[in-house]
Formats: sequence, structure tokens, C-alpha cells
Amino acid sequence: MIALNVNGRTHNLDVDPATPLLYVLRDNLELNGAKFGCGLGQCGACTVMIDGRPALSCITPVSVVQNRPVRTIESLGTADKPGVLQRAFIEEQAAQCGYCIPGMMMRAQALLERNPSPSDDDIRRHMSPNLCRCGTHMRIVRAVKRAALALKGGK
Amino acid sequence: VRIAGFIVLLLLAGLVAFVAWAWESAIDPAAPPAADAFDAAHIEKGARLSLLGNCASCHTAPGGRPFAGGLAMKTPFGTIYSTNITPEPETGIGRWSKEAFTRAMRNGVDRAGRHLYPAFPYDHFRLMTDDDIGAVYAYVMTREPVQAEAPKNDLPFPVNLRMAVAGWKLLFLDEPKPFQPDPARSAEWNRGAYLADGVAHCSSCHTPRNVFGAEKTKQYLAGGEAGDWHAPALNADAPAPAPWTADRLYAYLRFGMDDVHAVPAGPMQPVVRNLAGVPDEDVRALAVYIAGLNGRPDAELARRTEQVVANAKQKTAVAAPAAKQTDNGAQIYAAACASCHDAGRGTPGGALPLSLATSVHLPTPNNLIHIIRRGIHPPVGERGPWMPEFAGALTDQQLVSLVDYLRAYFGEKPAWRDVAGNVKELAEP
Repeated sequence: MIALNVNGRTHNLDVDPATPLLYVLRDNLELNGAKFGCGLGQCGACTVMIDGRPALSCITPVSVVQNRPVRTIESLGTADKPGVLQRAFIEEQAAQCGYCIPGMMMRAQALLERNPSPSDDDIRRHMSPNLCRCGTHMRIVRAVKRAALALKGGK
Repeated sequence: VRIAGFIVLLLLAGLVAFVAWAWESAIDPAAPPAADAFDAAHIEKGARLSLLGNCASCHTAPGGRPFAGGLAMKTPFGTIYSTNITPEPETGIGRWSKEAFTRAMRNGVDRAGRHLYPAFPYDHFRLMTDDDIGAVYAYVMTREPVQAEAPKNDLPFPVNLRMAVAGWKLLFLDEPKPFQPDPARSAEWNRGAYLADGVAHCSSCHTPRNVFGAEKTKQYLAGGEAGDWHAPALNADAPAPAPWTADRLYAYLRFGMDDVHAVPAGPMQPVVRNLAGVPDEDVRALAVYIAGLNGRPDAELARRTEQVVANAKQKTAVAAPAAKQTDNGAQIYAAACASCHDAGRGTPGGALPLSLATSVHLPTPNNLIHIIRRGIHPPVGERGPWMPEFAGALTDQQLVSLVDYLRAYFGEKPAWRDVAGNVKELAEP
């Protein structure tokens, strides 16, 4: 049995320790926000936060997570009550097909928690592992900036 | 008292003599050359030499304009910022005559007569011919001028004194002399030697340095440092288990990939990327010269490679059961690394079996730590070999176990002494 803390709740799971964290999140916990993109850690659609840092959950064996808290997009807000970052993405209309967005948001969340006033350059560098095939990167950068302002101004 | 006075006088006289010797006069500012001052073919030649010399890598800040300088270079003595070498007249080298440029390249003195720190590898560029230096001059003087003042160097006393550099030169630098070809060797070998020791300045990173930051010339290409990366030995002690033949080194330098060696990472990545724009025969010449340093015949090297690859295949085949042990590093390897590195697929598509990976066989674990943490990423917008980053996935402790396991299982040399210390010391990506 593996104990896994996700979005503040601890789950005891009977899974192979080598199972990718992404599969456990989606198949065992039915947290379907994090997406399977390439399965190689190449696209970032599976990005979640482990202990405050962005991690590619499709290449992270569940056994290495241990007692570190995992956060997924489901922790940021709901469709009815979107969180600050989610609101910023909506206001900037930063999604087209939307498949990459949960990963984008979790990587952005990790940045904003560590650096509340990132420069454009900080955002670009930090977000670079995550790909958007629709090409909404410019809007995503704006959304992250908007969220940073909103978090600071309490808007 | 008289003797003390005499000694003081002697010291003063010595100081005066030294300053007189070290004094370099300014070269008058020149009018910026006209747009049509240079021949197109000469500029083109300069462009290729500039790629071989990796000029832009140091003279460009992250996200900055090409050649406008401002890159922070951390040295054991403090931080030095690269200068603006665009032809902008005030902050760049727009008012430098060819004579001033040549003096900088050969003697490490700027137009105003200030001694330049040897982070700028004039100890190598001095080997270049007049025509080659002139071509690089033609190339940089026809780049887009950018107004950008380099930040002030952050160096402690006495290293902050430019005169100290003159002392360094007195100790470690001979008079510049042109490249001496070895008549016993082929023209290709000599071309490679000229490029490697001159413009390409391989030994700036691949040769160890003494406490004064000068290359230990007796340990030529015996392995050095590039920032906090290890620059592997290129001589007979080259650590890659499969020996480097000229053909394999050519493939690595030309295409960034060779099927029995690791791909370029860290500071070597921009070097190889630049070589993509260099004439084929120059890359081949570099490969012939460097691979020739191991001094063994190609047939012997080929046999050794075959053996090493066969051993590597066997080793990966038994890695899976070994990873079932309770050892944490073995488990992490089996779960996180083996699906690419132990899948029996070659590159591209699969990843290199780690018993062939240079980073496992180096004197320090730094490169391996960097690569696991950051992965390997081609430059933004370009294709290239790639590996995902594991910085967010693994704890530092897990990283240590993994690195120790990889060294013990895939390496052939003794364990690294303090991997935890290296993990802690190396900056987080």
C-alpha cells in the first residue's frame, strides 16, 4: 500500500510502485484534470505540483512522491468558483482546445508561489517546458501576469 | 635602516619597471568603418570563425541581443561580465581599428590600453593568422550595433586591478607566435590543431587550471571545468567507455549525436550547435586532431568499441532484476529511467544505455546531477536530443541515491565521495 497526499487528502492505494503518478491521479483517484499528452515528459500536459515544485507526473513513479503533498488543477478552484489563476486564464481567453491548460496552470502556480512578481522573461523561462499546440502561448504569458497582479492587488 | 631603505628603493624601482613594462598605450579611436568597407566573402569567413570561436555564447546575455555582452561569468576570483562587441561607438567596439582589435585578440589589451581578463581566451586567439583575425573583425564590425554597457565586474582586490592581469601575463603567457604546423602530420590534422588550439579554444575548458586560473599546459586537454560542469578529458584519458574515433567524434560534433556516446549537454550544447554552421572540412579536421590525441590505431579503437557496446547490452539486460533489490537508487532507476535507457532501443527513439554515458564515468558527479535535474533541452524553437527534467519529481536525497546507484552499477570507477555535497552545492535549475 502506498499513501499519497493529493490536494490535502491522504489516500491509501494498492498500486505498483513504478506506476506513473499521472495514472494514479486519473485512474485511481479520478482526478482527470492532469492530462496524458506524450507520456514522455516532453509536452507538460501532465504537470502537477509536488511539494510546491512543478513535476511531470507521467514520468514520475508514484513511489518517489512519498509523503510530499501533490497538488493538481482541482485544488485551484471549480467551474462555479474559479481560483485567481483560473479567472486570469478565462479573462485572457488563454485556452483554445484547452488540453495543455491544467499543466500550464500548475506550472504557473508553482512560479507564482515562489516569485509573486515575475518578469515576462521569468514567465517565459519558467513556462518553457510546457507546450501548447494551438499556439496560445502569448495569451498564457499574459494570463500568468494578470494572475500575479491580481494576487498582489487582492483583486 | 640603511638596508631597509635600500630594499624599499629596490621594490619601488621594481614596481616602476613593472608598470613601465606593463603599460599599454591607448590606440586612437577610429571612425566606424563604412558599411561597404569589408568584402562579403571576408565577412562570411569571419562568421564561420566566430561560430568556431563560440563568440556569441559568452558575448550575449540570456535573452539579450547577440554580441551585446553582459553575460555573468562566475570564476573562482569573482564575477566577470562579457563586453559588448557590437560596432556601437560608445558602449561597443565601433571605434576600434583593426589594429586595436588584433591587439585585443593577441595580447589581451583593449583599445584604451587596459589589460583584459583571460576569461577572454586571448591565450588561444593569439594563434590565429592575421587574415583570420581580420575576418572576425570584418564580421563583428558589420553586426547590428547595440547600445549596452556591460555591468561592472565584481572582483576583489587585487584581482580588480587591471595591472594584476599584466603580472598574470608575465607569469603565464609567452610572446604570441604563429601556429607551427607539424610537417610529419597531415594537412587535415594540422588544420584541426590550428583550430582547436586557436579560435575554438577547446583547452579553455578541457584543460585543468592552476590556482591563478592559468591552464596547466602539462595536462593539456586532461579534463577541466566549464562553470560547475566537468569538461571531460579529450586525451588518452578520455572517460567515455567507447573510445572516440575520428568518425564518431565527427558525428558528435557535426550532428550532436553518435550512437555509442552521450549527446552534448550543458556548456557543450551551444558549441556543437554552432559547429552546425561551420564548413564540413573544419569539423572533420577538429575530429581528426582531437581523436588522434589518444594515440592508438583506429582498428584497435574499433575493436574496443565493439567490446564495450557488447558489455553495455549485457549490462542493461541484467539491470531489471538488479533493480528489484531494496536499494532506493535501483528502484528509482527501474521506475523512472529504465523505460528509455534500458529499453534496448538505440538513439533516436530510445536513450543511451547508461554504461555508455560519459557522465557516469567522470571524476565528479556534477554533470550527471545537472542532467537528471534539468534534463536536456534543445534551444528554444529548435530540434535536438532531449531528455525530461526530474528536478520536481525527485527529492535531493532520492537524487543522491540514484546517482550513487548509477555510478556503482554502470560505472567502472570508485564511488564518488560526497554526492550529497555536490547535490547541495549545485544551484537548482
